[in-house]
Amino acid sequence: MLYDVLIVGAGCTGVMTARLLSAKNVRVAVAEAASDVATGATAANSAIVHAGYDAKPGTLKAKLNVRGNKLMKRLSAQLGVECKPVGSHVIGFGDADLPMLEELYRRGIANGVEGLEIIGADRLRAMEPNVSPEATHSLWAPSAAITCPYGITIAAADNAVTNGVDFYLNFKVSGCAYEDGVYAVTDGKKAIRAKYVVNCAGVHSAEVASILGERDFPIEITPRRGEYFILDKVCGNLANSTLFVCPSDRGKGILVSPTVDGNLIVGPNAYAIGDADDRSTTAEGLAEITAGARRIMPNVPMNMAITSFAGVRSTPNQYDFYLKRSEQLPGVIHAVGVESPGFASSPATAEYLAGLLEEAGLVLEDKKDYIPTRRKDGNHVQFNRLSPGEKAERAKADPAYGKIVCRCETVTEGDLLDMLSAPIPAVTVDMMKKRLRAGMGRCQGGFCSPRVAALIAEKTGCGLDRVTKHGGGSWLVTAREEEE
Amino acid sequence: MDLNEKKLIVIGGGPAGLAAAVAAVRRGLDPSSILVLERDSEPGGILNQCIHAGFGLHRFGEELTGPEYSGRYIQMAREAGIPILCDAMALELTSDRRVTFVSPETGYVMVQAEAVVLAMGCRERTRGALGIPGTRPAGVYTAGCAQRYVNIEGYMPGHRVVILGSGDIGLIMARRMTLEGAKVLAVCEIMPYSGGLARNIVQCLDDFGIPLKLSHTVVKIHGRDRVEGVTIAAVDEANGRKPIPGTEEFIECDTLLLSVGLIPENELTRGAGIGISRATNGADVNQYRETSAPGIYACGNVLHVHDLVDFVSEEADIAGTAAAERILGQSGAVVKSLPVSTGFGVRYTVPERIDLTAEPEEVRIFFRVSDVYKKVQFFVETAEGEVLAKRAKSAAAPGEMESLTVPAEKLAGLLDKDCGGIRVYLRETGGQSK
Ligand SMILES: Cc1cc2nc3c(=O)[nH]c(=O)nc-3n(C[C@H](O)[C@H](O)[C@H](O)COP(=O)(O)OP(=O)(O)OC[C@H]3O[C@@H](n4cnc5c(N)ncnc54)[C@H](O)[C@@H]3O)c2cc1C
Ligand SMILES: Cc1cc2nc3c(=O)[nH]c(=O)nc-3n(C[C@H](O)[C@H](O)[C@H](O)COP(=O)(O)OP(=O)(O)OC[C@H]3O[C@@H](n4cnc5c(N)ncnc54)[C@H](O)[C@@H]3O)c2cc1C
Repeated sequence: MLYDVLIVGAGCTGVMTARLLSAKNVRVAVAEAASDVATGATAANSAIVHAGYDAKPGTLKAKLNVRGNKLMKRLSAQLGVECKPVGSHVIGFGDADLPMLEELYRRGIANGVEGLEIIGADRLRAMEPNVSPEATHSLWAPSAAITCPYGITIAAADNAVTNGVDFYLNFKVSGCAYEDGVYAVTDGKKAIRAKYVVNCAGVHSAEVASILGERDFPIEITPRRGEYFILDKVCGNLANSTLFVCPSDRGKGILVSPTVDGNLIVGPNAYAIGDADDRSTTAEGLAEITAGARRIMPNVPMNMAITSFAGVRSTPNQYDFYLKRSEQLPGVIHAVGVESPGFASSPATAEYLAGLLEEAGLVLEDKKDYIPTRRKDGNHVQFNRLSPGEKAERAKADPAYGKIVCRCETVTEGDLLDMLSAPIPAVTVDMMKKRLRAGMGRCQGGFCSPRVAALIAEKTGCGLDRVTKHGGGSWLVTAREEEE
Repeated sequence: MDLNEKKLIVIGGGPAGLAAAVAAVRRGLDPSSILVLERDSEPGGILNQCIHAGFGLHRFGEELTGPEYSGRYIQMAREAGIPILCDAMALELTSDRRVTFVSPETGYVMVQAEAVVLAMGCRERTRGALGIPGTRPAGVYTAGCAQRYVNIEGYMPGHRVVILGSGDIGLIMARRMTLEGAKVLAVCEIMPYSGGLARNIVQCLDDFGIPLKLSHTVVKIHGRDRVEGVTIAAVDEANGRKPIPGTEEFIECDTLLLSVGLIPENELTRGAGIGISRATNGADVNQYRETSAPGIYACGNVLHVHDLVDFVSEEADIAGTAAAERILGQSGAVVKSLPVSTGFGVRYTVPERIDLTAEPEEVRIFFRVSDVYKKVQFFVETAEGEVLAKRAKSAAAPGEMESLTVPAEKLAGLLDKDCGGIRVYLRETGGQSK
């Protein structure tokens, strides 16, 4: 099979690009090192669809963020993924912060962000009763939104598969040969052949550039880790919108925000790390986040934390995203240094990358039979998102929807079976977790993960000892000694 | 099944729920007007996976395994003709006793009951609640989850195991994993004493040479795909049990089991706006185990975490009987309500309130102490200083539930006195041991 385009990396950048191309008359493949899509930065970030006042006017970051914000809201409606326009505040503590708020306001106006306002303490407190008494002002951005970054990326990947894109999971690109206008990209075992290659490999994108054959690539990436806590759903209403402090040279700082699923998220800090794949959390980091969150919301109940995690930013040695055609390799496009607001921008980044492919000579025409939804028969809605009447109907029509497997998040056996037959079938415990939230609630899978694993084993016809948490060596159980 | 006939809904088919339903029938309620909802595919609750012995010494005067104990109650419920609906999960409860549930058999339905007994049990605290730093590999399990893999699914969750938490559940899992061929490298306990029974420390750890590391905790988890090891450290008693720098020790292992406490499963209770006690994380109840919502009762681990199932059954008898009396129109009118508060050395009591009728009956007050004590005397006293009950004991520890019974005549005596409430406390008669 010869593809027109191979995308390396199935984070939001790669997947949104694949989805966009799936509406065109080209053959597209995506190679992803992990066992699922959306496992890199896309799986571990603040989940904010930023309004777009932060980036300096005239940069790609500014343009793509503001357009991405609009496109993300549209896409979420098309794919049936929730996106809540909760707005955001950048909080000022005293007059010393006012010049920064004014600077952000000016940038926002220049970038075309709608509805920005600097408001005083009284209005801020009326909107956010739990905010610190020391807060004096805020920059209110009503167009900021929250969504589930991996949820929408997975939905977009399913949509892409439905329209003919091939995903090669567990395919870590390690080599590349170029001959007669065709790239043969390999993982050391198999090769995928394509005329154009788009490098969307996130924190490894500079490495992938050199694997593809790039010499003296101008961009270097510094991995910078950010840690988070997720608090129980009973805390979800402590903030009505995303609460930032004034940005510093280390980034946007520690925020407090509701999540689209009703939890509260606090974090991140920012530290450069040596190993780009080291997503461990540290005691010091978690203490720092607690302190940062208390500055915004003194009473934030950190004892209600249900989990903590970390994500790794791919910070480049320049201010802006590096989205460019290769000067050395014909038909190769790089998306490198896509740090925040990379997620918010991703649908617009996809348009931009498609434009670069066209400049490189690829002809893109609309497909006639394009399916705009996740599957041929639409977007399947999960049981717990249905209205009471619909729930009654669904459980009556199919008893598997009357059987709850994940108690904390009310995920039914019917939902799990549905995901086993999704365009990208969910065959690991973490895949189920990311798609349905099974195991993401307050008991963190203590109850449902053995049951989810058993169902995967049964339906895929393998033993429970072959089911993994997230592919690779992440085995869950082994057969008993006497049975071996 | 005609759901319109249901008067008593019991949520949870573990020992508590089953015992409550059985008690309601004994009190005279028609079994066909009862419905027990159980979200698992079989009744029995958490006991189904506790295949060790040590249940029922008080209740049945013999040592049973978990499944045997719950089996007796399942049998009693069947013989009484009580309908138990499995794979049925209650999703919502209102303070006026409307229960919404879903099951493959009935679909998604709502039932208006005259009384509801909450018996949802509890869930285990997780890594996330503790905030243990490190990576997020496979191989970190709660003890109950591991117990399910071993005892029900028949697989091994790992081979080289560190256990965090030395309550009875942690101790029993140490033995179980060892008997199944795994190597248990250490049991770490953040407190300076084990929360488990002394006999369990001997039978589950000492007999197998498993080290118990008191005042130690896990400070980091290593490994990307699967656990590759944990770092443990000693904690400073004097400084909020924070890890002491320099005491870190790396243990190579592929599994970390957590047995770090149970949390009553009160989401439905909260959703109904029922008052919850900060000390127990369960509903505030009177001596009939009636919550702040009239006609809604609670018993078992959902009310407060029990270490002995025998007490669960006793508590469920009380709740089930009271629920039946309410439905049959036989509950006495409350003439006086007395709050029960805690004094020195007592962490919580159940009940938190005593509702006196014109003819009070004796009330057994359950409580836990807040530290390890030697030689104590327990007191139940009125706010005005009248001693209602007392008892001496040679040792007391938070791991063991205590109780004192206030005789009926003492309570009757309070009917025509001014009484600002009742207090439970202890006095040390020998000196505190740490
Ligand atoms: C802490 C933190 C907070 C953030 N908060 C926000 C926010 O609130 N809003 C926002 O808009 N943005 C935010 N961002 C930025 C945003 O998350 C990223 O910009 C975005 O997710 C980048 O997506 P990506 O697809 O480019 O990279 P990734 O999601 O990292 O995807 C890259 C993929 O490439 C794969 N890959 C790598 N090497 C290879 C190889 N050799 N072969 C095959 N596959 C390979 C990886 O496995 C990975 O799946 C945040 C980032 C971090 C880290
Ligand atoms: C791992 C473990 C080991 C133990 N070891 C011992 C021991 O050695 N000796 C001893 O005496 N005691 C022991 N105990 C204590 C004793 O077993 C418990 O106190 C007792 O099982 C509690 O009974 P319960 O009915 O309150 O809760 P559970 O047994 O937990 O039953 C609650 C039931 O309610 C169901 N449920 C919950 N929510 C819903 C809903 N919304 N809808 C429908 N159904 C619902 C659950 O599925 C469950 O079946 C142990 C407990 C645990 C957790």
